[in-house]
Amino acid sequence: MSVGSEQVRHIAKLARLAMSDAEVEAMVPELNAILGWVEQLGEVDTSGVEPLTAVIDQKLRLRDDIVNDGDCRDAVLRNAPDAQHGFFAVPKVIE
Amino acid sequence: MSDLNLKTIAELRDGFRAGEFSAREIAESFNAAVEAGRPLNAYTVETPEDALACAEAADAARQSGDLKPLSGIPLGIKDLFATEGVDSTSGSNILRGFKPPYESTVSANLRRAGAGMLGKLNMDEFAMGSSNETSAYGPVISPWKRNDGGNAALTPGGSSGGSAAAVAAGMAPGVTGTDTGGSIRQPAAFTGITGIKPTYGRCSRWGIVAFASSLDQAGPMARDVRDCAILLEQMAGFDHRDATSLELPVPQWEAGLSSDLKGKRIGIPKEYRIDGVPDEINALWDRGIEWLKDAGAEPVEISLPHTRYALPTYYIIAPAEASSNLARYDGVRYGLREEPQGGNLDAMYAATRAAGFGAEVKRRIMIGTYVLSAGFYDAYFTKAQRVRALIKRDFREAFAQCDLILTPTAPSAAFGLKEKMSDPLAMYLNDVFAVPASLAGLPAMSVPGGLDSQGLPLGLHLIGNELDEQGVLNAGLAIEERAGFTARAERWW
Repeated sequence: MSVGSEQVRHIAKLARLAMSDAEVEAMVPELNAILGWVEQLGEVDTSGVEPLTAVIDQKLRLRDDIVNDGDCRDAVLRNAPDAQHGFFAVPKVIE
Repeated sequence: MSDLNLKTIAELRDGFRAGEFSAREIAESFNAAVEAGRPLNAYTVETPEDALACAEAADAARQSGDLKPLSGIPLGIKDLFATEGVDSTSGSNILRGFKPPYESTVSANLRRAGAGMLGKLNMDEFAMGSSNETSAYGPVISPWKRNDGGNAALTPGGSSGGSAAAVAAGMAPGVTGTDTGGSIRQPAAFTGITGIKPTYGRCSRWGIVAFASSLDQAGPMARDVRDCAILLEQMAGFDHRDATSLELPVPQWEAGLSSDLKGKRIGIPKEYRIDGVPDEINALWDRGIEWLKDAGAEPVEISLPHTRYALPTYYIIAPAEASSNLARYDGVRYGLREEPQGGNLDAMYAATRAAGFGAEVKRRIMIGTYVLSAGFYDAYFTKAQRVRALIKRDFREAFAQCDLILTPTAPSAAFGLKEKMSDPLAMYLNDVFAVPASLAGLPAMSVPGGLDSQGLPLGLHLIGNELDEQGVLNAGLAIEERAGFTARAERWW
């Protein structure tokens, strides 16, 4: 499978990366080189092999159902580029 | 007190306890070395006052007989670790100026053990790179030079390149690194130091900026095997805040050190004889086999049949996880924000990420987004996770026949800056020996083995079975004792 510039634009949109036409054109052969290389995995017979989910076997722990890490609003907001009235502020989303 | 900065952690600890020098003298020696080492660009932030404050606490503790395991030892911390109130940027412009209001579990564990902090260490952006050239702060320069009379600036390797250079140049007695596909072991090999990645889950990932969560694992880098054991013992441990943290006691690795390998079988994987690897590296590998035999071990040939598929598997899984992990950098909660004139929220996200991420990070986000996208998920991501299961199975079968595996660490010695930047695939090949153990979550270590014809360090790589850090450290010690590696980068900075 190989990608063209339209597909690269689509992936960039999904990835939320603004990209100029020149950047898209430069990205096309790079992605194709890497995708072409990883396609050698097609040689491996994986029929009947379950995809690996946990690299070291262990039981998933459940956390106690209690509220924690609260009461730190100011610490949470401290690094925000824009915080107002105790909230993260973003550009207007509702017209 | 001169040259305190060239001592090992064990020497510093024992000398300090015996009253040969004070913790303040240690901290001052390293602070001076950090300042003098600025041309290497190893530190992104220097915290000399932190090192001094911890030294004063250590000196007071010595008076009161209240010493902790790392009292008097100042360390460098990779910039991937969140350090409370101190810039933690992962080598990226998108996190420039980010001061976490919390401390990573690993660095908190080291602090609790009495260690001070010399500063934050430069690294490839979000740990994506093998040469430190993707850092927003510019590349780290290795303290090593080729002996060809040229003066080429060499890479210390990556992504823990600042960590490696700091130890190699005497700018820290020990440091934290992280390893996703070789980021502790390859730079350790390039700079003639020692580094270990423990079993996945030994060290908490809480507060470590996530790259590829199923692979990322913290570990120490230091001058020798004993120092790695000392540091790992303090870094590791169960943490309820990391769902993949192993709920197991931390062994006493330093006390357990022994280079007597009688009865141990050392697996030599035939698939790791790879075309194009320099003869010197294969010759060092053969010497490594002889050293382990001399320590009482028996070499056995083993097969890891899916070895050649490890790198392509890694370069699907790691970018896939990265594209998901890095979605959090959107200009809302922390880091950079770019707001195009009149743009909406989506435009802000896209502009912020375009401005904040470097080329390699964008490349991997794009690959990761593609392999996870509708229609391609099974063909790429699920396929890679199936191959990963086979790679894991290869190791499981191998460890039925042997106790440890010996290979070279990297397929070359350190290369020059800019020599490989233009070819991502050539760069990815640097981790050809390191990546399989990462995919299988196994403990693995690089120990310096010798110098190549250009006078540059080469490393030997030991892979252990799950949870067998002790076996890895012990075999590392056996190699260290026999290799007699004492070469140091000659000071030019």
